[in-house]
Amino acid sequence: MEAKYLIIGSSHAALEALRAIRQVDAEGSMAMLTRDVHLPYSPTILPYVVSGRSPAERVILRDEAFFTASKCTFVGNTTAVGLDATAKTVTLADGGSWRYDKLLIATGAAPAIPPVPGLDGVSYHVLRSLDDAQGLRKAMGTARRAVVLGAGLVGLHAAENLAEAGLAVSVVEMRSHVLPGYFDAKASTRIEAAFTEHGVTLFLGRTVVGIDGGKGQACTVRLDGGEALETDLLLVAAGVKPVVDWLAGSGVAIDRGVLVNDTMRTNQPDVWAAGDVAQARDFHSGEQALIGIIPTAVEQGRLAGMGMAGDSYVKPYAGGLPVNTYRFFGRVALSIGQAAAEGGGEVAEHEGPGYRRVVLADGRLVGYASVDEPFDVGIMGELIRRRVDLSGCKQDFLDRPLETGRRLMSEGWR
Amino acid sequence: MGTAFDTITFKASSCDGCGKCMTACAEAKQGAARISIVPGTKESSFELAMCRQCGDPKCVMVCPAGALAKDDGSGVVQWDASRCIDCLLCTAGCSYGGISLDSHTARVSKCDQCDGDPACVKACPTDALQWVTAGSVFNKYGDKEDMFVPGLSGCQGCNSELIMRHAMRKIGRNSVLATPPGCIPGMGSVGYNGKTGTKVPVFHPLLTNTASMLAGIRRYYDRVGRKDIVVMALAGDGGTSDCGFHAVSGAAERGEKVLYVCVDNEGYMNTGMQRSSTTPFGSWTSTTPVGEHMRGKSQDAKNLPLIMVAHKCAYVATASTGYMEDLYDKLDKAVEASFRGFSYLHIYSPCPTGWRIPSSKVIEACRMSVDSNFVTLWEYTREGGLRFTRSPDRPIPVRDYVKMIGKYRHLDDAQLDHIQSRVDEQVTLLKRMAAAPAAEPAVI
Repeated sequence: MEAKYLIIGSSHAALEALRAIRQVDAEGSMAMLTRDVHLPYSPTILPYVVSGRSPAERVILRDEAFFTASKCTFVGNTTAVGLDATAKTVTLADGGSWRYDKLLIATGAAPAIPPVPGLDGVSYHVLRSLDDAQGLRKAMGTARRAVVLGAGLVGLHAAENLAEAGLAVSVVEMRSHVLPGYFDAKASTRIEAAFTEHGVTLFLGRTVVGIDGGKGQACTVRLDGGEALETDLLLVAAGVKPVVDWLAGSGVAIDRGVLVNDTMRTNQPDVWAAGDVAQARDFHSGEQALIGIIPTAVEQGRLAGMGMAGDSYVKPYAGGLPVNTYRFFGRVALSIGQAAAEGGGEVAEHEGPGYRRVVLADGRLVGYASVDEPFDVGIMGELIRRRVDLSGCKQDFLDRPLETGRRLMSEGWR
Repeated sequence: MGTAFDTITFKASSCDGCGKCMTACAEAKQGAARISIVPGTKESSFELAMCRQCGDPKCVMVCPAGALAKDDGSGVVQWDASRCIDCLLCTAGCSYGGISLDSHTARVSKCDQCDGDPACVKACPTDALQWVTAGSVFNKYGDKEDMFVPGLSGCQGCNSELIMRHAMRKIGRNSVLATPPGCIPGMGSVGYNGKTGTKVPVFHPLLTNTASMLAGIRRYYDRVGRKDIVVMALAGDGGTSDCGFHAVSGAAERGEKVLYVCVDNEGYMNTGMQRSSTTPFGSWTSTTPVGEHMRGKSQDAKNLPLIMVAHKCAYVATASTGYMEDLYDKLDKAVEASFRGFSYLHIYSPCPTGWRIPSSKVIEACRMSVDSNFVTLWEYTREGGLRFTRSPDRPIPVRDYVKMIGKYRHLDDAQLDHIQSRVDEQVTLLKRMAAAPAAEPAVI
């Protein structure tokens, strides 16, 4: 098989690349391969599949008619196992192969499994695929107790769903607060209190020293403080790692993810990478980093697609900004940029019914987070990216960030 | 051609911050307002945040639930409440504050343009918000055949080229076109080296005899029984108001059945920007220069369409590319009237080269000329008299219009006051004519 444009992966980066390519090249042959058995969906939807709010058949982002109309061959249940960048060929697990002119690596990430003694001897859940979500939803129906390893977004969403379904839930997190990196201690404390109020037991700053198997799905999780958490259901949500094992020996430069430049090109000719698999410029540090979120996946996918199709309007990547829009028990926590940073900048915190934390450096916004006080995340992100000088309106911005942000937007880039 | 969409526009300079749009939106949607007016940096200036219904909406692409999609029919970015998981990622995707959390419902909300009848626009007392249906106009006419070759050599941003192409798309192949000397033939519509630039029979009369030649053509067609052909001119203001005026006036007086379209760019732009009798007071032209003694044109413009009203033509109207629906509507009426008698359409056409305005500002100049009453849009029929078709409720000062145009850059206060007073005078006269009740028939 062969295609002018070959895209490995089918989530946000891949779909945006498809769109960007078709903007410029309406006809060039294209194929999208994915290891998943389903049509494209977002990993972010999965907690809502677990809770039952989003029926599995309604989470599909693009149907077959879309791929027909886009003249893109969609091939599911197909795992790429090797890349020969010289012969421009991708080999598949079933022995087949695809030749390409331009290749996009958008294989995303897979759950990271921590090296906990005993974990390999028990049955546990992860939450990255639609099948994982349906499996967890099924298991949830018969379990009374659950333990979640990790208090990142996936872990907390799942813990909330499990608690709302009536299970007794414990969450174990190595770091001292939930959602580390996105929120400072004050913001995290508000989120943690909500979980505690809803009966979830949080073990923060704690590590699992071992796991003992039990009957069926049951097991016992032992913590460093001596506690033994008996559970019917174990969910491992300790982060993700890019799916790069299939690129071994291909010559594609890999650190933690696939290293890409500011146009999402890898070190190999005609090979791009985007999304959770790519290690691209971080806006704040300028270093290549993993920022596995949808907005960066979309932006990277667009740049990669433009490059693959030879779109002359492609502009180099400004770098990824961490973004977190998080709902918990109907409440809202938002974060963008270096919102949890300590030291180095000027921090303005405001506590009322809601909490907000604004981080400035050199009179410019570098991070913004809030709990129970919504703000225009996209506008704040643009203020950060554009490095807009706020020194002339700093007090207005700190007092009325929503209004002032909208004004700056309308005057600055409408 | 692709599809275009109708849209809500915001003119910050007209907004007085009354907030009625927000109240109207909140009432119509029974929740938080989806339009946000905030104070600007400058004193009593206001800024807007609302959904722009982007062509490549980022909110759609970052949505993990497939709950947002751009509607191919209306262009609205539609939100599907049943698919939305309330994750708020869309609010991070949008850099314009166009979708945000409604604290009443704890869900996102965004402008849906009220299905083409936006409540905010209806509530706006200053016309800062407008519902612009240019998209529908484009969809209606975009697929019609262009009657000119591509690559006419008009200047960048030429409004006269727009007028030619739009008018002839609308009128169609069943026409004979005269293009007397001026920019319109000059940019290539009559063709070069024996090849025509127009898909209908086109000819190049003298500046002086356009209307006479059209009269002859019409009479011939009438004689051979072809009563379906539009016999028309696309002429400039010089050829109409000055050197061709006797022919125009004569044909109108005789009631010749022709359509005469005057494209008024306020001077002889094709030959080097000399003044004409429609050049406004104060304008710089190459024959009314600005220097020690002269400060631009020292006479007022002739109001040619009003003179044509005095000829009691079958139809007289003024139009501007700033308001295309109005222009199209008048073209229809003008074509129809040209089978009954002399039909005269005067289209104002800012010239980026001769007026010294950026090519990107031509349509804005059209709009501001109307919004300031510098240009008045009206139509006249013998039966209905004179009727305004689009007059501003609160006209902006003429200064605001004039200051965007380079040919007026030198004007002092006295000259600006003069222009304003003449504009006011003219509008008063026209309004009196429009308002006067029909006279009682004479008793014999």
